[in-house]
Amino acid sequence: MRLDLPIIRDWIRPGAHVLDLGCGDGSLLAELAAERAVSGYGLEIDPIRISLCLERGVNVIEQDLDRGLGNFGDASFDTVIMTQTLQAVRFPHLVLDEMLRIGRECIITFPNFGNWRCRLHLAGFGRMPVSRFMPYTWYDTPNIHFCTVFDFEALCRAKNIHIINRVVVDTQSRVTLATRALPNLFGATAIFRVTR
Amino acid sequence: MSKETPAATGSVGIVSPRLQRFDEPLELACGRVLPAWELIYETYGTLNRERSNAVLICHALSGNHHAAGFHSSTDRKPGWWDNCIGPGKPIDTRRFFVVALNNLGGCAGSTGPRSVDPATGRIRGPEFPQVRVRDWVATQRRLADVLGIGCWAAVIGGSLGGMQAMRWAIDHPERVRHCLVIAAAMRLSAQNLAFNEIARKAIMADPQFHDGWFLEHGTLPRQGLAIARMIGHVTYLSDELMGDKFGRELRSGSFASGGEAEAEFQVQSYLRYQGDQFADNFDANTYLLMTRALDYFDLARDHGDDPVAAFRQARCRFLVMAFSSDWRFAPQRSREIVDALVGARREVAYVEIEANEGHDAFLLPITRYHDALRRYLERVVPAASSTRGADAP
Repeated sequence: MRLDLPIIRDWIRPGAHVLDLGCGDGSLLAELAAERAVSGYGLEIDPIRISLCLERGVNVIEQDLDRGLGNFGDASFDTVIMTQTLQAVRFPHLVLDEMLRIGRECIITFPNFGNWRCRLHLAGFGRMPVSRFMPYTWYDTPNIHFCTVFDFEALCRAKNIHIINRVVVDTQSRVTLATRALPNLFGATAIFRVTR
Repeated sequence: MSKETPAATGSVGIVSPRLQRFDEPLELACGRVLPAWELIYETYGTLNRERSNAVLICHALSGNHHAAGFHSSTDRKPGWWDNCIGPGKPIDTRRFFVVALNNLGGCAGSTGPRSVDPATGRIRGPEFPQVRVRDWVATQRRLADVLGIGCWAAVIGGSLGGMQAMRWAIDHPERVRHCLVIAAAMRLSAQNLAFNEIARKAIMADPQFHDGWFLEHGTLPRQGLAIARMIGHVTYLSDELMGDKFGRELRSGSFASGGEAEAEFQVQSYLRYQGDQFADNFDANTYLLMTRALDYFDLARDHGDDPVAAFRQARCRFLVMAFSSDWRFAPQRSREIVDALVGARREVAYVEIEANEGHDAFLLPITRYHDALRRYLERVVPAASSTRGADAP
């Protein structure tokens, strides 16, 4: 089971129509279909992950998020999900706008670049952070728009996006005293539920 | 130690076509009625006891019922989709009971312009009625009835075949579980219509065409048919592929000064060969009929030109596939299908294959293409349920 599933699952009503942007191997959609009877689609561009989706019977659509989402109608989904993909798109703020146009609610998860490990790498070693969770070197990373929990909240404020829920977890996907007290310092992954 | 042929290269072996006669009159979309008619078809694999593993293959413009295997031990060329149909292949005949037919109006054995009208004793020729995609689906449904197939596990088609598959999903939603639409479109673009018109004009302008009565005149409009095929062939390939395959290579002659001999490019000789081959084996009236059926097809016409409304009729799951370099049925046309299906909230997966073979790619064993087909189809019928055969129909 995916570590973020229990949190995301609780934010999705049974039978919801869901669009998963960057759906990977389709495991989230498959689990949501099994546990929440959701319908919907996943968008993916990686051929290997698309194959895995086909194998699972997930409705995967080969589509590049950077080429827009104009083919999806306004408010055509209950929830639009994007897990660990925001940092890899070319214009995160525009994708966010599109998500909120297409879905009544959006769930977004992203790696928190404000985490103390990242800060240590940069401030202490003077190097870009490389870890198990961010395994790429700066020149070959698909992650081109890292942000922190605070950065994302600032963007939501600037765009008048309403944050319904925010959960920040550590590398084990646990909510701890530390992630609760200082999410931007101790959180590894931020999970937001937002709406207009 | 004996060397076993890998399963992935298995052939269905030697197959024989069967002819099915239908004596119930068939009212066509054009209003004319065929009192009796015949379809030629082949089957591969075994229909299971639950009759739940049947797959229909719909052919494209110049296709026929011979989709896989060989007709004799000396037959050198297998069926047109042999790389995809067979034991261990993506359309796995150990799992599926595969039905392939020659559509009505064809020239490979089903009733068409080459068959004799019993009322007049004359070859039908240009008087054979214009059939449409919906007529093909109606006749395929009659064939399914005869074979005892209440519901297809999958209806699969590329190009014009994909149009038939979509028509099946909409006209007979209760009889299709999966619809596989490959390199197709919901209707042709103006450019596509134009290419078909040029091809038809080439045939009709051939002095040997005789207004379609060429067989009565003991001749064939070879030139016209060959040109039609050459035009078609250019549109089925990509610029890139033609560049890779032929470039500007000369087959004969040279550009050396002092020589008057005409230089011939490799691509010329290739096209001429393709054209000539086709002209000897295909019926000109069928070509006119098939291209018109392609032109007339418009999935959403009966649904207020709203493809979303059209697809709301469907209940099956869809797999839509397109090829990057296909400009005759471009990926954008497939994306329109997907968008309409998403709008109608139907189950759909879409795969866009990177390939430089153009429209022709759908007939080729491209690794990612076949892999996607295989993975999708493995879920359609679990392997175990096809182990026991049903009584022969």
